[in-house]
Amino acid sequence: MMKKGRHWFSKTGLWFGLAFLYVPIISMIVFSFNNSRLVTVWDAANSPTLKWYGELLRNEQILGAAWLSIRIAAMTASGAVILGTLAGLVLARFGPFRGRALLSGMTTAPLVMPEVITGLSMLLLFVALEQLIGWPEGRDITTITIAHITFAMAYVTIVVQSRLAGFDQSLEEAALDLGARPAKVFFRITLPLIVPAIMSGWLLAFTLSWDDVVISQFVAGPGSTTLPMVIFSKVRLGVSPDVNALASIMVLIVAIGVVASAIWMRRQERRRDREMQMAAAANK
Amino acid sequence: MAERRNDNKREPWRDPGAQPYIQIENVTKRFGDFVAVNNVSLKIYQHEIFCLLGGSGCGKTTLLRMLAGFEAPSSGRILIDGKDMADTPPYERPTNMMFQSYALFPHMSVAKNVSFGLEQEKLPKAEIAQRVDEILDIVKMREFAQRKPHQLSGGQRQRVALARALAKRPKLLLLDEPLGALDKKLREQTQFELISIQERLGVTFVVVTHDQEEAMTLASRIGVMNRGEIVQVGTPSEIYEFPGTRFVADFIGSVNTFEGRLIEDLPDRVRIESHELGGVVYVDHGISSAPGAVVWAAIRPEKINLSRTAPAQSAENCVKGVVKEIAYMGDLSIYLVQIGSGKTVRVTLPNIERLSDDERILWDEHVYLSWHSSSPVVLSQ
Repeated sequence: MMKKGRHWFSKTGLWFGLAFLYVPIISMIVFSFNNSRLVTVWDAANSPTLKWYGELLRNEQILGAAWLSIRIAAMTASGAVILGTLAGLVLARFGPFRGRALLSGMTTAPLVMPEVITGLSMLLLFVALEQLIGWPEGRDITTITIAHITFAMAYVTIVVQSRLAGFDQSLEEAALDLGARPAKVFFRITLPLIVPAIMSGWLLAFTLSWDDVVISQFVAGPGSTTLPMVIFSKVRLGVSPDVNALASIMVLIVAIGVVASAIWMRRQERRRDREMQMAAAANK
Repeated sequence: MAERRNDNKREPWRDPGAQPYIQIENVTKRFGDFVAVNNVSLKIYQHEIFCLLGGSGCGKTTLLRMLAGFEAPSSGRILIDGKDMADTPPYERPTNMMFQSYALFPHMSVAKNVSFGLEQEKLPKAEIAQRVDEILDIVKMREFAQRKPHQLSGGQRQRVALARALAKRPKLLLLDEPLGALDKKLREQTQFELISIQERLGVTFVVVTHDQEEAMTLASRIGVMNRGEIVQVGTPSEIYEFPGTRFVADFIGSVNTFEGRLIEDLPDRVRIESHELGGVVYVDHGISSAPGAVVWAAIRPEKINLSRTAPAQSAENCVKGVVKEIAYMGDLSIYLVQIGSGKTVRVTLPNIERLSDDERILWDEHVYLSWHSSSPVVLSQ
């Protein structure tokens, strides 16, 4: 009796939770196939249709913005991974040094800093710099990328640092002991072992940059409008059905990425299990 | 115990002219307020297996890490082969280390792990391959060369770690609890293999261990450490038969100590009156201490005899007691006997014959404990 009650409860909870997360997205995807120009009215006679998807492909502004966003996100992710890995290394490896607590706090502060403040301060910095040394000239893809790196780096730092914390330090000592210089130890031992953390840090930074609106608003100039900024400005003029189509494509891309990485990880795990079994069998 | 022949070649520490391979001079290591290693001086000679033995936190691993170059001494200096190591980083020292966790590189195969050190020396590929095969043959791991570390058992990993540390043919190999992760049977077997490898390759070993049996089996000499200090250095039999302090006597094997007062102190014999024993201990070798001083007579459990009837000369080195506990261990039995003073004495007897129940000494029996006058060791601290 009791068990059945619990079962019922957990099942309902699961469905409510899933619905809460996914109903908005599903309704958006459904409406992206709507023929009607009014987003909220379902045109049963002529739907579903791929009309808005076709329109998207002809929309130069959106295609340009998407390409810009991809480039910014890729550059941001790469830059954040380099800086974040270095910061994570210093925090995890260099023991107690002067200013460690300060560095630790400063690198992770952007996680909790309101984006408005980050964006505003970046803008002020860029303007001041331009007046002082003439760089950066105006606001464009460079300034957006720099601003994105500053906040995405914090996430990479934390991912890398936690990976290094669970890392047997005697591996590095063993490499030193065998005659490898510190730089070589890093590239032959440390780096290969933290690559999974760096990869996930890269993906995280990519998605953070890809969907950022607030900071981009501050540091973008004319001619450097990212995809989220386009969507945002379109929505302000009223939700148009092609935005639904655009958003659906973004959901699809993200979903493919998640599923692909999950399958890849499953395969790796299976291969590892198989190898372990082979080893166990050989030891008998 | 691996007994070694008693001559200066095998025991260079007895030869005052011998040049030590490692000289540790007044080395102290502090971590903040904590003194991990306190003013340690040691001389270790070529081809030795020197064991640093002590409980956890006694500073033995810190001392080993200073030899490897992972920690710098706070004061004092370390010379290897006559050269001060102060400014030599780990990757330029003539040492290699086998880590307690083995520290095998998880993303590399066994062969790659072993060749890692050789690649740093920029040797030709063919020579590296040949030397990897050679060393994997020695540790009997050649057929596993393409395995990754996670595909190996604990004993196999231990062999790979040893092979990797030996691959560069170091003059000095540092081993941090080398057999700690192995089960007892495998450990005994591996101990003898380690000795034979060491003798074949002529490497000097410095081994850190908390396991006194392991130290006894492996070592040419043992340095017993306590609270950052070296308490005694000697061959396994010296340490066991003539411990210098009660700490050493108690740490290596088990021991019965009886507190007492010196009543006779001559160069060739000593008498101690002990209230803990309720009698007099007569020792046939002298010590140097003032008469009347408080000393301890230490007697190993296997050096005490147990009998139902009083031995011939029962005035000294003999005491009566009652058997309280018997533990049958197979090869020997442990008796806990309570003597008149209330103290419990531990006695071990080898089970040489199969005795019937009425022949064996059993619980609650009144027995005589006796020992030869050469058996006790007199300790003044």
